[in-house]
Amino acid sequence: MNLVPLFVAVPLAAAFIIPLLGIWWKKSGEVLAPVCTAALAIMAIVQTGAPASVHHMGGWAPPVGIAMVSDGLSTLLLIAINIVAFVSIIFSLKYMKVYTGLTKYYALFMLMVAGMNGVVLSGDLFNIYVFLEIASIASYALVAFGVDAEELEAGFKYLILGSVASVMLLFAIGTVYAVTGSLNMADVAREISVRFGTSMNPALLLAGAMFLMGFGLKAALVPFHAWLPDAHPSAPAPISAMLSGVVIKSLGIYAICRVFFHVFGVASGAGGSVIYANSMIAFAVLSIVLGGVLAIGQWDYKRLLAYSSIGQVGYIMLGIGVGARVLATGGQLSVAALAILGGLFHLINHAAFKSLLFLSSGAVQHATGTRDMKQLGGLRETMPITSWTINLGALSIAGVPPFSGFWSKLIIIIATIKAGHFVIAAVAMAFAFVTLAYYVKVQREVIFGSVTKLVERAREVPALMYVPLIILAIVCVGFGLLYPVIGARILEPARDALMNGTEYIQLVLG
Amino acid sequence: MTVYFLCVVLLTMGLYCLVAKKNIVKKVIGIVIMDYAVNLYLIIIGYKTGGVAPIIEADMPLSTLERFVDPLPQALVLTSIVIGLGVMSLMVAMCIRLYEKHGTFDMSVISKLRG
Repeated sequence: MNLVPLFVAVPLAAAFIIPLLGIWWKKSGEVLAPVCTAALAIMAIVQTGAPASVHHMGGWAPPVGIAMVSDGLSTLLLIAINIVAFVSIIFSLKYMKVYTGLTKYYALFMLMVAGMNGVVLSGDLFNIYVFLEIASIASYALVAFGVDAEELEAGFKYLILGSVASVMLLFAIGTVYAVTGSLNMADVAREISVRFGTSMNPALLLAGAMFLMGFGLKAALVPFHAWLPDAHPSAPAPISAMLSGVVIKSLGIYAICRVFFHVFGVASGAGGSVIYANSMIAFAVLSIVLGGVLAIGQWDYKRLLAYSSIGQVGYIMLGIGVGARVLATGGQLSVAALAILGGLFHLINHAAFKSLLFLSSGAVQHATGTRDMKQLGGLRETMPITSWTINLGALSIAGVPPFSGFWSKLIIIIATIKAGHFVIAAVAMAFAFVTLAYYVKVQREVIFGSVTKLVERAREVPALMYVPLIILAIVCVGFGLLYPVIGARILEPARDALMNGTEYIQLVLG
Repeated sequence: MTVYFLCVVLLTMGLYCLVAKKNIVKKVIGIVIMDYAVNLYLIIIGYKTGGVAPIIEADMPLSTLERFVDPLPQALVLTSIVIGLGVMSLMVAMCIRLYEKHGTFDMSVISKLRG
């Protein structure tokens, strides 16, 4: 049986049924949402072994009909989205008790999952836009879910900037349609390569710039990052984990990869591809530098994590951008493969450890009532399990050797050196140490040090909250130690799918 | 060509309104103007002088078939309007909540976060 449409249908149906049942049955969300996300997580794991497939919606073949395409790259994102969604929902069960209107929370959460699954599975540009809007609208509402002054302001800011991004994307999609006469991504890609070859079309360049701006804003790359440091800390912790862990990646990084590699044909050196690749690298380096510099000075635990997200997304983009540049300039294929593999590996690693850290910040806030690092300290005395998971997450993201973050950053930096960008590699390496520095600060201020008054009164969080932390900590360690399994099963198919644009066209159009 | 240019002018006007105005309701209006500029752009892409609705009947002359307008941009615009409505209602709802908290629509008074 083909599982692909269910990834969108199940959460969408759940988002509809939860508030409907919620009228009579207050616990509908708390029962249905974990069941659905667990099913989705299992489906995503099952999907990893499956070969690339295309599902024709309503039986209409592309380019006329809408297709859902599941290839290696989609599978990678599906794994990240659905597993993080599952652990976040489990964490929500206890954590969200203090809020009211919980059926709405679970409905919006499922809507967000449906939108993200839709984005990574859609084979049609306009459908990507629609699913992206579904996920975005749900996340705007979830950021402001606390309806306090700060949450509302952050949500409003995110909403305004997100809407600008959506307008840019729709403009770009319209332009692409005007030039090629199609919206199916494979069909557009074929049309572009047949009609323009390696020459540059100015209208497509405009569309490319708009796409980079729109998706770059959703991914919070640096010139477009202003919303993230407000939105991520203000949201409830499970939503912060979703936003930082997977939303910025599926709506931003994934969409950039898909559009530029498979539609604009960056991998095959189509017109303007060097410009796109160079801008990706430029945004990436800016993100790494600014995210790192701003993270050091933060004393709000969640805000520090949010700035760190900007820097880490920069690393992901650097891997992808260097790979794109090597492919576009006709360099060595092995170097490009290494760079892209590093970027994708860092993507899935970051999904694991950043959602772990944000959930742990929620646990700390739940237990002590604060996220100001000056008022925290000595957490290992009163909350040993949470402290250990924070430790593991911080070591992974800081790039300490046996853990996952070390390997992915190492691969990205080696590939950057091999591609001949020595200065960029030096910057990336220097800011890897900056990352280490601010996570050492987290460890010193939160976990070790003398026990403060707030921490003294704190108790270890209930099992429903620390079990998700333990699951994610195991995943973090597992990604570092079991690379051969993860690499062959998830990462290499994703890399191959990304690098072979022609294969994608053949897969969809037959 | 002029219509496309005017479309971009409208888009820039919306963007200016969004950036320059301090009143959050005016910012919302800026977003809506931008949204409609893009909708207009999509409509212009599919526009055809003297076009007819693309409904095929059994014995249609070729000259009529050639005058069919492209229905796809219109479908896109319909979807986009619906999405725009959803976003706008969320924006207005947040504006009302912000007004309840602060008693003002002025962003410089509301703004406490550092960005």
